[in-house]
Amino acid sequence: MTSNQLVFLMLAGLAALAAVGVVAFPSPVRSAISLVINFFILAFVYFTLGAQMLGITQILVYTGAIMVLFLFVIMLLNLGAPDAKAKVSGWQTAVAVALGFGLFGIVAGQVILPLSSFTQPRSAIDYGSPQAIGQTLFTGYVWPFEITSVLLLVGIVGSILLAKRRI
Amino acid sequence: MQDVPLSWYLGLGLFMFSTGVVGVVIRRNPVVVFMCIELMLNAVNLTFLAFARYMPAVLDAGESARSAWMAGQMMVIFVMAVAAAEVAVGLGIIMAIYRLRNEIDLDEMSALRG
Repeated sequence: MTSNQLVFLMLAGLAALAAVGVVAFPSPVRSAISLVINFFILAFVYFTLGAQMLGITQILVYTGAIMVLFLFVIMLLNLGAPDAKAKVSGWQTAVAVALGFGLFGIVAGQVILPLSSFTQPRSAIDYGSPQAIGQTLFTGYVWPFEITSVLLLVGIVGSILLAKRRI
Repeated sequence: MQDVPLSWYLGLGLFMFSTGVVGVVIRRNPVVVFMCIELMLNAVNLTFLAFARYMPAVLDAGESARSAWMAGQMMVIFVMAVAAAEVAVGLGIIMAIYRLRNEIDLDEMSALRG
């Protein structure tokens, strides 16, 4: 066990714990805070993969923008308290968790085990730098980039349309 | 990071994805269901990045390998953009339904049924 593996295991354990917290906490606010923790630690996992640019984007976009939106809606709709009516019965939870373990087992056995021989990264060390990302994004991927901007524009207009009481 | 196997990253991504699936099935609050969908999208992002870093596919070195490891990161960027648009529109729909009916429970929601 090297120090790198130890660091990864610590980050992964925290991220997994926060992911379970999103599902397990009855109160939506606690779920949202767990999700913030999970996204933040995931950014550090991206750093360990050498993707600095995407790690910083993860912090800015997810923990910054998207989670503020979630907390804002929870606050506006007064969803802070867990409602007793919306309880799922015990056997439904048990079946769902069993199905989740089944999914984990099937994919782990069929996909991850055959790939267990890959232990060394093979991409260039600076593959995640802002220069490399920017160069690729604005040369080979310029059309998907433009279409994404149109999609975001449609999202803006659509959310305003949905949120306004009277147009 | 050297000497961390690819399968560990994939295992973390798979665990997060499975947790998100279970959450979508058992939670009845649409906002929490959205959070679980975000969890699944992030698990997929992590998997894309792990594959981009380790590149298990057999490729000749040079330009095609370079485009392969950049392709994974481009996918992550586009998934982030689509997730942002999805959250904005989805939360807008939830707010509109809440204003209409003053309650949000996924089992009671049928306003969008065709």
